[in-house]
Amino acid sequence: MDDNEKNITADDHQEYVINMGPQHPSTHCVLRLVVSLKGEIVQNIKPHIGYVHRGIEKMCESITYPQIIHLTDRMDYLSAHINNEAVCLNVEKALEIDIPDRIKVIRTIMSELTRIQSHQLWWASFGMDLGGLTCFFYGLRDREKVLDIFEETCGGRMIVSYNCPGGLMYDIHPNFQKRVKEFIKYFRKTLPEYDQLLTGNIIFEERSKGVGQLSLEDAIAYGVTGPSGRASGFSCDVRKQEPYSAYDRVKFNEVLFTEGDTYHRYLARIEEMRESMDIIEQLIDNIPEGPYVVKMKPVIKLPEGEYYQRVETARGELGVYIISDGNKNPYRVKFRSPNFVNLSVLNKISQGFKIADLVAIGGSLDLVIPDIDR
Amino acid sequence: MDNTQLEEFIKKLDQDIEINEGKQYLEVTLPADKIHSVASQLKEDEKTRFDYLFCLTGVDYGQDLGVVYHLRSTVHSHYIVLKVRTSDRENPHFDSVTDIWQTAEYHEREVYDLLGISFNNHPDLRRLFLDSSWGYPLRKDYVDDINIVTK
Repeated sequence: MDDNEKNITADDHQEYVINMGPQHPSTHCVLRLVVSLKGEIVQNIKPHIGYVHRGIEKMCESITYPQIIHLTDRMDYLSAHINNEAVCLNVEKALEIDIPDRIKVIRTIMSELTRIQSHQLWWASFGMDLGGLTCFFYGLRDREKVLDIFEETCGGRMIVSYNCPGGLMYDIHPNFQKRVKEFIKYFRKTLPEYDQLLTGNIIFEERSKGVGQLSLEDAIAYGVTGPSGRASGFSCDVRKQEPYSAYDRVKFNEVLFTEGDTYHRYLARIEEMRESMDIIEQLIDNIPEGPYVVKMKPVIKLPEGEYYQRVETARGELGVYIISDGNKNPYRVKFRSPNFVNLSVLNKISQGFKIADLVAIGGSLDLVIPDIDR
Repeated sequence: MDNTQLEEFIKKLDQDIEINEGKQYLEVTLPADKIHSVASQLKEDEKTRFDYLFCLTGVDYGQDLGVVYHLRSTVHSHYIVLKVRTSDRENPHFDSVTDIWQTAEYHEREVYDLLGISFNNHPDLRRLFLDSSWGYPLRKDYVDDINIVTK
């Protein structure tokens, strides 16, 4: 035993490092955090990522635009439809194609259903991370209903690939409107159960209120978007800023809070589910007649230039940046993924909190790891 | 500010700036060593206030390597795209903008990892996804016979 070790007592708070992950249950995928601690208090976090890096951006350079869509499903698999939509919108913008209203409305309804099922799964796993196993059953019970609608409409449950440049792969199922309306009616009744289980729960409130505050200045500087950014008062909803698809014809509120702690990031998502239901209700009875796809050339070539499309996924702002040299493959594709950027703030907001709070903070950022690694 | 006002404002900042009215955003090409000073002026000035860096992309243009910055102002809701290029493929480097927008830290690490562009004054420039035995896969001259299928 050397001199240093001899002098350590239980009261000494020497900094030490522990490894969390890559297979930690609360990260829901492979994210490794190297956490420096003093006692129980987090001093510093170094995320190590890349365990599911597939090089999607590189792969995109050797495939065609319709093929890229199927890769984007695999980034943020819970916002699969919205990712598809981002690429399609960008291609359509570059080719200056007018999209019929029917497609726009169906895309918007599908996007909002995607947002609801994503938030349901987040709620289920967030509750479970904090020790409330019941949440997991309740959340998945309701999510199944959305996935069934997806399955009937596009054949896929999670990885939908329903969009294609110029419209949709197939028309909606004859049951679509009926089932969506049934789901909204059902979910309006079951969403208050979520509040009963977690929102007013004293243990949950103690663990989330005032934990992991993110100030508005930091949210903007770190580029934290989505419900996590809006809980800090950062007005970053792309659906409001640059309305795409049918968002310019629906009324909805941008959910904003100013506190920016774990609890309000939670509340922002719960409120967003309500807003999403409002959007769907405004559109579901008014799906215009028309074609579900515009006839495109068999080989899609974008004119030379640069194209950027922003969309709002369930986790924040997704940007698709395409540089085209006029060929059927893009020259360079960049996906500005919301999770990658949101992860960068984890170190900042966890410092000074206990290691058990790290699970709550990480859960409230709602990270999907394949979207970070791409 | 609309694009014409922005253009006038930027022209005053530096003489070597090349402005290009893009299809969507105003695109500004800067000399490589000016990026930090121009970026901080664009952020600090009350009239422009580009406080939100929403995308930072490294690009291999074939001969040159470059970085593209997409900026938005949360106050004035206007956009701008900054571009820098270098023809040095052996040791490409630009000034880091991490002290202006913290979000650049991870973005720059990603660019360093995948394109081998390093950033001066970056607080923690390490490889992000891959380990050091890899080359720089997003470069156009990257060769990997095993994993990349070419037709």
